[in-house]
Amino acid sequence: MALGNVTSSPKILVFSTEKISDPAIDMAGLLKLHYPPTVYTLPVPCSSAIKPRWILHALEQGFDGVFIAADGTDCPYGESCTEKTGAIVSMTQQMMKEKGMDPARLKMAAICSVCSEPFVRHVKSFTEYLSKPSN
Amino acid sequence: MNKKIGVYICHCGGNISDYVDVEKVRQSVESEAGVLLSKTTLFACADSNQQEMVDDIKDQHLDGIVVASCSPKLHLLTFRAVAERAGLNKYNYVHANIREQGSWAHSDNKPGATEKAIKLVKSAIAKVRNAEALEPVKVESVKAVAVIGAGVAGMRAAIELAEAGSEVFLIEREFFVGGRVSQWDDLCITPETGKELVTRLYDEVMKHKHVTLFTGAELAEYSGSVGNFSLKVKVTPRHFKLQCDPGALKKAIEVCPVEVPDEFNFNITMRKAIYHNYPSEYPQLPAIDMKNCTRCGACEKVCDSIDLSQKEEIINLKVGSVLVATGFDPYEPKPGEFGYGEMDNVVTLPQFKRIVHYCVDKLTYKGKEIKNIAYIYCVGSRQVDGENKYCSRYCCTSNIHTAITVKKKYKNIHNFHFNRGIRTYGKAEVWYDESSRLGDIYLQSFEHDPPVVENRNGQTIVKIKDVLTADKELEVVADLVVLVTGMVPRKDNSIGSLLKIPRGRDKFFNEIHMKLRPVETVIDGVTIAGAGQGPKNIMESMNSALAAATKSFSLVASGALELEPTVAKVDTSACSWCGKCEEACPFSAIDRVGQNGNSIAHVNASVCKGCGMCLPVCPENALDLIGLSDVDMESMIDALIPNI
Repeated sequence: MALGNVTSSPKILVFSTEKISDPAIDMAGLLKLHYPPTVYTLPVPCSSAIKPRWILHALEQGFDGVFIAADGTDCPYGESCTEKTGAIVSMTQQMMKEKGMDPARLKMAAICSVCSEPFVRHVKSFTEYLSKPSN
Repeated sequence: MNKKIGVYICHCGGNISDYVDVEKVRQSVESEAGVLLSKTTLFACADSNQQEMVDDIKDQHLDGIVVASCSPKLHLLTFRAVAERAGLNKYNYVHANIREQGSWAHSDNKPGATEKAIKLVKSAIAKVRNAEALEPVKVESVKAVAVIGAGVAGMRAAIELAEAGSEVFLIEREFFVGGRVSQWDDLCITPETGKELVTRLYDEVMKHKHVTLFTGAELAEYSGSVGNFSLKVKVTPRHFKLQCDPGALKKAIEVCPVEVPDEFNFNITMRKAIYHNYPSEYPQLPAIDMKNCTRCGACEKVCDSIDLSQKEEIINLKVGSVLVATGFDPYEPKPGEFGYGEMDNVVTLPQFKRIVHYCVDKLTYKGKEIKNIAYIYCVGSRQVDGENKYCSRYCCTSNIHTAITVKKKYKNIHNFHFNRGIRTYGKAEVWYDESSRLGDIYLQSFEHDPPVVENRNGQTIVKIKDVLTADKELEVVADLVVLVTGMVPRKDNSIGSLLKIPRGRDKFFNEIHMKLRPVETVIDGVTIAGAGQGPKNIMESMNSALAAATKSFSLVASGALELEPTVAKVDTSACSWCGKCEEACPFSAIDRVGQNGNSIAHVNASVCKGCGMCLPVCPENALDLIGLSDVDMESMIDALIPNI
């Protein structure tokens, strides 16, 4: 119940997907699998739809990290999703490097519709990474 | 245009307000640009609040509303309907999820949960400011439903769907229908047996020409989305031709050299590799268990109906919805749990029911006559330290009913019920009363002090510190100990994994909401029924089967579905046609068209599924998803940005 955590913890923006990873994030709440409240989620239809400019906007405006909770092979829109989301991440990380940002501030993992525990593990370890003074 | 926005922040009884300071949230957003009114409400979904929202929208001429409550998966449709009733375009309502992704996820950090809720509501307000009036996209829906599992719930659902006018594919993994209920004799409340109930349902299923039953069939692959699922079903052959001479079949079973434990009787008897579970079982054609068959060919010599050359088939189906009714497994006690597996007179309730089925005049087990029976309740249910915290609901009633049956069927039976509080709820209470009148003895303990089963001088003793007689230590010499085992999810979760159906803390399939959307899953178009969702008795399974059938039918009934209008849109002034979007689209929804002598991209809205894969590949940033434009996304991100 530490108020200090609210402002000192790194701020992470999560892009979830409406049909796959967002239900898993909902279920993490249902199961009371706690994670830092400085993790905010915005759902999109598919992780292959995320524009690099949205990621850069979030990082430039004050988010410490962006986590893409990708559809992976469960994507209802097709098998090419994993590859396409991967390409978005590579492209954005390249743009981040050019702007002098640490590319590790953008992270991606496939989160299936029941992957509540992996989601919580990922955002906790990402929070830990972003909390290190060097980052 | 400046919108007049109404914001409603829900307490959800306490589910939200116990952790999130909802009044602080309201105060923090009331002066946001465009917010005309902001209210907290005990239950946003309550009829009275819905009416208040309708009145507010009309009276205050609101042109945008935000509801901050539970997950939109639960109440998005409820509040869209509110907007429509008030004459507001439903896409001018935006939802903020401050329960699943707020109060519950951060119940360990109330200030943090409140801070996050404020930002989520501000983000929703930012979105509604830009929201436009939209119309949903209409797509075709295949008027067919696949029902997985032909137990009583699956068959009941199939009948309902066929009567409503849908094509039904009933897919059963076993070679015979009926599931667990076919293993039961007299059922509680009515004198009908499980087999009779199964037969009645099977006859009704067969009457419907629009139901196709596949036995020995498993769902192997699945793709597509609501309204248009493609399924591949693997059908294992029975190795029997359609007509079978009973005399020749009897001989074939006799000559079969393979004997394996009979799972239908919970391994208390043996069966051959050629089998049917009971004589009148449906479909009446027997089957050969090829996992155990040695292919010796002895049966083929005596029975013309056997055909060992039959091959596995793959069948492709198109359906609009999938209804899953795959049932439960009985809890298997761990070795040594109340002597199970170590003492030869300790059995489970399902095994005991089969023993009672086979013993005609005298109750015997392993050659010994049974007179004193000790029933130990809640084995595998209501576990304090184990995984199964839940009550299995059916076992108290089922066991007391079995104990009465035993007492009436055989002479000199003494029943001792070692329970943790009897839960024969509803109409089943009369059986508890009858059992008490017949002289059954009830002994009770709490979860931390369970009864103990021990072997003393060749006798099986069950000891208990009985709370009903002021903690007196009592002992019963038992001829047979029956472990009243509960229900657990199917060990084989392949169907759940394939369809990605979420499972709850109890590991059963999880509905979206146990009261409000009790048969829907988060996978659009996939519904659940029966004991695969959680412990249920037959009546409860039937209720859920009818509900799931109705829900599935509603998705295929009209042959069309309304989908989100979130389709891609081209900024024709920015597009200079490079073809990358056409390449990225998995649905071929983008074409090259001419405009003023130039080529540009054009989105076919009826084909576009709104995935957005074309968005990030455009070098000119000429593509957006309707309702999810750069302005929408960036204003929502800005509202979430810490400490602004």
